[in-house]
Amino acid sequence: MMTLPPLEVLRPGSVAEAVEALRAHPGARVLAGGTDLVPNLKYGMYDTRHLVALRGLSKELRYVREEGGLRLGALCTIDQLAENDLLKARTPALAEACGQIAGPQLRRMGTLGGNLCLDTRCVYINQSYFWRSALGFCLKKDGTLCHVVAGGKRCVAAASNDTAPALLALDAGVRLVSPRGERVVPLREFYLPDGLHNTVLQPDELLVEVRIPPAAFGKKQAFMKLRTRAAIDFPALNLAVALETEGAVVKSISLAVGALAARPVLIKGIDDLVGRPADARFAEELGRRAQKQCRPLTNISVDPDWRRDLLPVLVRRLVLRALA
Amino acid sequence: MQLLHLFVNGEEHAVAAPGQRTLLEALRYDLMLTGSKQGCDKGDCGACTVLVRPRGDSGFRGEPILACITLAADAQDLEITTIEGLAGPLGLDPIQRAFADCGALQCGFCQPGMMLSARALLDKCDKPTLPQIQEALSGNLCRCTGYTKIYEAVEVAAGLRTPSSRAPVQSERAAASDSKAQTVTEIVP
Ligand SMILES: Cc1cc2nc3c(=O)[nH]c(=O)nc-3n(C[C@H](O)[C@H](O)[C@H](O)COP(=O)(O)OP(=O)(O)OC[C@H]3O[C@@H](n4cnc5c(N)ncnc54)[C@H](O)[C@@H]3O)c2cc1C
Ligand code: SF4
Ligand code: FES
Ligand code: FES
Repeated sequence: MMTLPPLEVLRPGSVAEAVEALRAHPGARVLAGGTDLVPNLKYGMYDTRHLVALRGLSKELRYVREEGGLRLGALCTIDQLAENDLLKARTPALAEACGQIAGPQLRRMGTLGGNLCLDTRCVYINQSYFWRSALGFCLKKDGTLCHVVAGGKRCVAAASNDTAPALLALDAGVRLVSPRGERVVPLREFYLPDGLHNTVLQPDELLVEVRIPPAAFGKKQAFMKLRTRAAIDFPALNLAVALETEGAVVKSISLAVGALAARPVLIKGIDDLVGRPADARFAEELGRRAQKQCRPLTNISVDPDWRRDLLPVLVRRLVLRALA
Repeated sequence: MQLLHLFVNGEEHAVAAPGQRTLLEALRYDLMLTGSKQGCDKGDCGACTVLVRPRGDSGFRGEPILACITLAADAQDLEITTIEGLAGPLGLDPIQRAFADCGALQCGFCQPGMMLSARALLDKCDKPTLPQIQEALSGNLCRCTGYTKIYEAVEVAAGLRTPSSRAPVQSERAAASDSKAQTVTEIVP
């Protein structure tokens, strides 16, 4: 039995009421599907007393609209997106990513907004208070050191959300609303390399919408995930690619990898591969480049050396699948 | 403490509970509906699966969710079906009967969740394929059965097959225990 700390659940009926509730209760946390927040609260990871539940906003924020690009309300459930025909046709990488998140019940509960704002994960933090107290607390909560990087001063818990690499590769943006107004942030500027708080989201800010540009639609794309079991498990690595081709030649490349450290990474320094034939050799070269920029850590219980060895293999398969 | 209104198995219940009460705790410890099981209590195993639909929606019983990581206060707008509500006025649900007929259970701990996930699948898709069954039950862990009989039970409930025949196990009659006992020599340390 894992008990929750004392909590008060606030149930606003609109976005305006929700951000006002966040402002009025410093330290309050947003409760969407709760599939990440509630287990973490049970682990004693947060000192919050107030939850702002978004269920009352479901009607307002559960839409999939084609407007130029795609606009997805933050409260779309993961299951809804995995099954959505428009997504399957326009952004198959995102639909595939959603289909591979957690298990069936969790996909019905979990939301897109919650997935993008998922807290970073680590074998040393997603544990009961008793477990953590026995080992000694770490930087992320209650402690001063890191069990993953000896002498480390910054938490490197893993970004483990499967929609993040897909949406990064598709060059999506997110619309954020706070009592001060709203802003649209490109996803590639949304994540920060700090496991304690890995997004630019302010405490009183709500992610309300994901925007995917129309340019994403024509791209050859795919998503791939490495995990121990084919269901329930978080990613040990996740990757997404979006390619533009002209004839048999590569015109643009976007490759994102997650489940490494605190933020999902967009592989850089690959512009010189533009103009190459879109073939198996290109896929292999991209895999080699990606491997150099990705360092799997012991923050995930799956062997980091194996994950590192597998990375170029997965990139090659991913690219060939996108091109097929 | 606050007064929560929960709609469970067609009845409205008022429950006085603190904000941190999970739906599973409210079901088990306030409403005494102990059919929903508390396994991992953190979203991994599916033992606490219940079916929910928005209040006022008619038709099927809804989607499977995990009660252990749902807050009771946040479940007030939902109609909830637990394993206690699965049997209808005519008796056991076909899923329940099939699980019994196929011997699809051992300790039984996973069964309430397993049967509700299976019910949700058949409500959506009355003739599922084996991969669809496996996928629909992939969020329910069973440590006993090895799943084969469970998949068989769902196929039986869907009318896709009959239970595989269970001929009584034929084995050599064991020697009477007292005949053995007589041959045991005293063990001297
Ligand atoms: C056993 C298990 C396995 C899982 N496997 C996977 C997996 O394989 N892949 C994966 O990606 N995830 C996985 N998850 C995590 C989770 O189910 C999903 O990521 C889900 O989409 C999270 O959404 P949620 O609505 O439940 O988030 P919540 O738990 O409600 O919220 C998550 C975080 O985001 C914040 N938040 C939520 N919505 C908003 C918003 N609109 N604006 C601002 N902040 C917000 C919350 O305050 C919280 O900090 C798993 C979870 C469990 C329990
Ligand atoms: S990466 Fe280090 S500081 Fe962060 S949760 Fe893991 S052990 Fe703690
Ligand atoms: S008790 Fe294990 S998922 Fe709820
Ligand atoms: S019958 Fe024992 S866990 Fe499934």
